[in-house]
Amino acid sequence: MVLVLAIGDLHIPHRAPDLPAKFKSMLVPGKIQHIICTGNLCIKEVHDYLKTVCPDLHITRGEYDEESRYPETKTLSIGQFKLGLCHGHQVIPWGDLDSLAMLQRQLDVDILVTGHTHQFTAYKHEGGVVINPGSATGAYSSITYDVNPSFVLMDIDGLRVVVYVYELIDGEVKVDKIDFKKTTAAAH
Amino acid sequence: MISDGVEDEEKWLAAGIAGLQQNAFYVHRALDSNNLKDALKYSAQMLSELRTSRLSPHKYYALYMRAFDEMRKLETFFWEETRRGCSIIDLYELVQHAGNILPRLYLLCTVGSVYIKSKEAPAKDILKDLVEMCRGIQHPLRGLFLRSYLSQVSRDKLPDIGSEYEGDADTVIDAVEFVLQNFTEMNKLWVRMQYQGPAREKEKREKERGELRDLVGKNLHVLSQIEGVDLGMYKDTVLPRVLEQVVNCRDALAQYYLMDCVIQVFPDEYHLQTLDILLGAFPQLQPSVDIKTVLSSLMERLSNYAASSAEVLPEFLQVDAFSKLNSAIGKVIEAHVDMPVAGVVTLYSSLLTFSLHVHPDRLDYADQVLGSCVKKLSGVEKVEDSQSTKQIVALLSAPLDKYNNVMTALKLTNYSHVMEYLDYGTNKVMAAIIIRNIMKNNTYIYTGDKVEALLELIAGLIKDADGDCENEVDEEDFKEEQNSVARLIHMLHNEDPKEMFKIITTVRKHILAGGLKRLPYTVPPLVFSSLKLVRRLQNQDENGAGEEAAATPKKIFQLLNQIIESLSNVPAPELALRLYLQCAEAANDCDIEPVAYEFFTQAYILYEEEITDSRAQVTAVHLIIGTLQRMHVFGVENRDTLTHKATGYSAKLLKKPDQCRAVYACSHLFWADDPAVMRDGERVLLCLKRALKIANAAQHMANVTRGSSGSVTLFIELLNKYLYFFEKGNPQITVATIHDLIELITTEMQSDGATPDPAADSFLASTMRYIQFQKQKGGSVSEKYEPVKV
Repeated sequence: MVLVLAIGDLHIPHRAPDLPAKFKSMLVPGKIQHIICTGNLCIKEVHDYLKTVCPDLHITRGEYDEESRYPETKTLSIGQFKLGLCHGHQVIPWGDLDSLAMLQRQLDVDILVTGHTHQFTAYKHEGGVVINPGSATGAYSSITYDVNPSFVLMDIDGLRVVVYVYELIDGEVKVDKIDFKKTTAAAH
Repeated sequence: MISDGVEDEEKWLAAGIAGLQQNAFYVHRALDSNNLKDALKYSAQMLSELRTSRLSPHKYYALYMRAFDEMRKLETFFWEETRRGCSIIDLYELVQHAGNILPRLYLLCTVGSVYIKSKEAPAKDILKDLVEMCRGIQHPLRGLFLRSYLSQVSRDKLPDIGSEYEGDADTVIDAVEFVLQNFTEMNKLWVRMQYQGPAREKEKREKERGELRDLVGKNLHVLSQIEGVDLGMYKDTVLPRVLEQVVNCRDALAQYYLMDCVIQVFPDEYHLQTLDILLGAFPQLQPSVDIKTVLSSLMERLSNYAASSAEVLPEFLQVDAFSKLNSAIGKVIEAHVDMPVAGVVTLYSSLLTFSLHVHPDRLDYADQVLGSCVKKLSGVEKVEDSQSTKQIVALLSAPLDKYNNVMTALKLTNYSHVMEYLDYGTNKVMAAIIIRNIMKNNTYIYTGDKVEALLELIAGLIKDADGDCENEVDEEDFKEEQNSVARLIHMLHNEDPKEMFKIITTVRKHILAGGLKRLPYTVPPLVFSSLKLVRRLQNQDENGAGEEAAATPKKIFQLLNQIIESLSNVPAPELALRLYLQCAEAANDCDIEPVAYEFFTQAYILYEEEITDSRAQVTAVHLIIGTLQRMHVFGVENRDTLTHKATGYSAKLLKKPDQCRAVYACSHLFWADDPAVMRDGERVLLCLKRALKIANAAQHMANVTRGSSGSVTLFIELLNKYLYFFEKGNPQITVATIHDLIELITTEMQSDGATPDPAADSFLASTMRYIQFQKQKGGSVSEKYEPVKV
């Protein structure tokens, strides 16, 4: 069993002063094995903070990131799953599932994690999964109105992944759970 | 002949100890054989070792402790003697036959202790006798230790209330009198010590004297332990007598130590009830006494006492502690004209802390303290020495720490006046503390006026310094500072649009005056803060049309235009382009076409004139296309102009693959989800064909330059785009075009010059799998895919 934190679009300090305190108290060091971050942190302080939560940190570049060395896309394998990571501003139309699916085919990954829209989504698609963890700070977005802060924890265990979505609604953390099984069709 | 003094001292001490131990041996032998006469004789000889003048206080103490241990044994022996029938009165007489005065008095104190214990005479008479007799030793060091011995052996035999030595004739008054007298005499000896010996060794002597202070202070401790010393007696007898001695001894070292000792050993409630008397002594102390430290520790104790329980607070009000302390501090500062700024501020800082703890509801008190401080500082230009600035920072931090709300601090009119005396660097430190406090407590600053006041207050972080004196700021530090300002801007917030608009104009005024290098940090949060307000307003009718100051999206967009324009001098074209595009989309959502067009124009100008880095161009083009794809406000003409330009930018990117991808992305500009906005299948196909041409050119170029064909990835990407529009029902994309493309890819992959590319292989495989998947999915999609052969 491996816990993977998917987080992104924090937009600190452009659009939000900090992560919500409730999230900060949940994201304690030592519990999470990998962080995949879609980008738009935007500053080094946030990068350093994520490093303290878990040193195994994978980041792709958002259009506001001051660090220009983050790659545009990244793939990594965790357990039986191949994961792909991309901020998403490169995929037009923004947030469009069919276009993201094309990126998923291109990267040849089971799980594609993207951001940019600030809207949490998780779709099962051709046997794979496309996830957007939303904005961890609930940052303003021209695409999504009334953004709630959210992030995603993936519990990867064998051929199964359980996606937990943590959303901060009116000061309370709400958790949702979505279950995915890797089908043999996608597994070869 | 002059040998090492320390070495000599060691020798003398060793000799003293040896003499002492030898005689102690004879004393033990005498005690074992119950030979009182010998015991007294050898005890006197043993104690004679304490007559030395050669030892420093430190060494003398070592010798004294050994003698002390022996005397405890002797005391036990005396006690047993009296139990065996020996008359204590005779014993008391007998020990006085010792030849030398010092051993005689030690023996007398020892027997005296037994005498009190035997209760054959009133304790007070014996104590009085002993304390008087000790006057016989006027040598400071020997006298101090002798009296310390007296204090030690008598402390459990004082006629205190509830003690077994209390009687009709013996009252607590006698106990107090005895201790006070011993204290007075000891202090005199202690003070006199400084005049003994050559003047050149004064410094060393003062240090040694300092080591002895606890012998004197011990008496105050004994006083504080006497049960019978209630508030009344403390107020009427103990405190006045102690202070009298403290003031009259005219010795700075003793005064400083003893005042502090009084404050530390007696209970806080006593201090509170005797503030007048205690504070009255301060102006009478020697000028060199460090009064501020003593007074500060008094105020600190009282503050803690006040904080310990709400029940004690009425006491503070009853005695009007604040006014008394305030006026005492005023007098002390007046009396010490040359007190350094740091000292003055320390005093006010302690008083402020006191006031905040005791009178949290009296902001006027806090303001008054700050006001007094300002008055005192008014002579100086800027406070620059680190000691003083540290104290001012402590002073200004106190209200923040107490109220955890910067809004309260902003109510103190003198707060900003104190800040004015800080130099630029310290102002920054203080500003950072204020910002941290705001962030930690999540304090929203919700009026334009308060925002104005706050930004003035923390000017050190908002504005460049006058002149270039601050040019050497560390890059990283500057970044961190400005990021904290950026975070702060989000805390300047009001739900009411009118007030929020005021806040935005205030922030804008300050940050635009702050200097160019701050703008990349401060502009984005202000822009997004403004866009949030736009969003709140966009669904409302312009209800406040009649009002002058009403906030409307149009007005905010005008501000936004100016704010983002300020970045052009930095310059920061990439950031500005992103912000213009954000604004364009917000204007789109508000249905204001000219404004949206203007923002796009600005973004395009930046792209054309300022963004030259090829990688930055790729990102910028994607952002332009992505934003434009979402716009629905434009009429045909404007839309055509912008789309045409965007496609042009795409085709002119440096690298062929980037060109290809940008151009196929442009195809989405002609195909909206909502057919009413835009659906032009022909132009979609034109884009795709153009992209295909570029992909071919890229392939050709690879052949020429590397001698092998390049990756087919671009073709597979295009195949996916064709499938995308095929599925969306674009009539221009036919099964035949898809077949052609698949064939092209297969040929390319099997050609002689093809280099193996596993990524492209798996991309093609997953694309083919996708086609299969769609074929088998069922419904209209599968019908569509049915003719596609794979």
